[in-house]
Amino acid sequence: MPFSPDIPPMTARTEHRGEVLPLVARALGLWRDGRTLLDNVDLRVEVGPLTVIMGPNGAGKSLLLRLLAGLIAPDAGSVTWAGRAPDRVRIKRLGFVFQAPVLLRRSVADNLRYALRAAGIPKAEWHERTASALAEVGLDRLADAPARVLSGGEQQKLALARALAPGPEVLLMDEPTANLDPTATAAIEDRVGRARDAGTTIVFVTHDLGQAKRLAGRVVFLHRGRVTEDAPAARFFDAPASEPAAAFIEGRLLP
Amino acid sequence: MQDLSGAFAEAFRLLLDLDADLMEIVGLSLRVSLTAVVAAALIALPLGAALAVTRFPGRGAVLVTLNALMGLPPVVVGLVVYLALSRAGPLGPLGLLYTPEAMILAQMLLVIPIVAAVTRQTVEDLRAEYDEQLRVFGVGPMGMVATLLWEGRFSLLTALLAGFGRAVAEVGAVIIVGGNINHVTRVMTTAIALETSKGNLALALGLGIILLLIAVAVNAAVMTVRRTPRHAVLA
Repeated sequence: MPFSPDIPPMTARTEHRGEVLPLVARALGLWRDGRTLLDNVDLRVEVGPLTVIMGPNGAGKSLLLRLLAGLIAPDAGSVTWAGRAPDRVRIKRLGFVFQAPVLLRRSVADNLRYALRAAGIPKAEWHERTASALAEVGLDRLADAPARVLSGGEQQKLALARALAPGPEVLLMDEPTANLDPTATAAIEDRVGRARDAGTTIVFVTHDLGQAKRLAGRVVFLHRGRVTEDAPAARFFDAPASEPAAAFIEGRLLP
Repeated sequence: MQDLSGAFAEAFRLLLDLDADLMEIVGLSLRVSLTAVVAAALIALPLGAALAVTRFPGRGAVLVTLNALMGLPPVVVGLVVYLALSRAGPLGPLGLLYTPEAMILAQMLLVIPIVAAVTRQTVEDLRAEYDEQLRVFGVGPMGMVATLLWEGRFSLLTALLAGFGRAVAEVGAVIIVGGNINHVTRVMTTAIALETSKGNLALALGLGIILLLIAVAVNAAVMTVRRTPRHAVLA
């Protein structure tokens, strides 16, 4: 894009302008093999409440998150970070935790150091950041263990610690607890909550209603590739405005 | 059978005495084959990794060719290198024919396809696993290749050991380009061929035993790399 006519003019409204935020998706469309996976999705993420993207399996939640991270290019519409297309430099300010943790075949601490180096964090800070990141998720005693011998829960805690260690502006999480037991899930949610309280903007994908209620400040409900509802969490759970969301909350099967 | 048992006895005597001629031959064998593997690795690792991460027209044909070259007959490689290095050949002015360097070149050509093909497969498999994660880290193409090579280090080490096994055991290429010249280009395999045809079974057997021991050691090393519990979870 030679220029971005979409950048809004300076307004009186105070708005945080980071390198990634505001993260804006406009009229996103994605098609594969004649199927519509995402249809005209608009989403704006700014500094603020934790955004939960919720919806049944196959709604397009994970795809949407990958589009927001610039990992997939949309077939229609656009994703912009602070007004510009995603790029490889500013992606270092974005953390991503996948449903299945992708750990390097190295020690726990080396996994963190790899992320810190990739993010361009000065070497002098690595030791301190590694130690505190591991302590935050209770993995400090496993610093020298090979990452891939950790249990599933420990692996995901490490993936989360690794995503947070460089101090990202925004953290995207794709059903990070879908494969975990309740204890590990609680530990992940606890760490996510503290990151949120410390000012990290978080977008969290889940189909777990209880988890959404525990974490969400805002809920975006996705059904069949469309956003049917985007509301503050309290209002969403008390009085969902769209039929698919209401059905999902009540545990009814969606059409 | 008198001859044979006598030959065995003599072979063990040569081994236990660390016979000077024997050790010279073993030393040259190891030097040539190890150098060939290192040189092959310098070419084959980047080549295999590049093939793993790039897409271009004709890539499929390149991969088929590469896999086919793993079974390249050593005598054919020897012939090609001989032609290239012979006085009338393109590399003739270098004067490398019948030198250890010519043997290194030939063995390097034998090892490159093995290491490159395994590297390509290994890196491609790892890339499927790591691509999104590394892109989210902001890692560029070169950094990604370096990372994937390191993540695949155990498989790649196995490929290098297999390549060394092929190099140190082959006779067809080194006998053509090296010429089996005593004290200059005589290695274990060419010496075995010569001594056997001369009827000097003791030296041939002694060398054969060492060659077998090296093969066993290489395979044991491969097993250790792949089977050690710590490595198993890393690999």
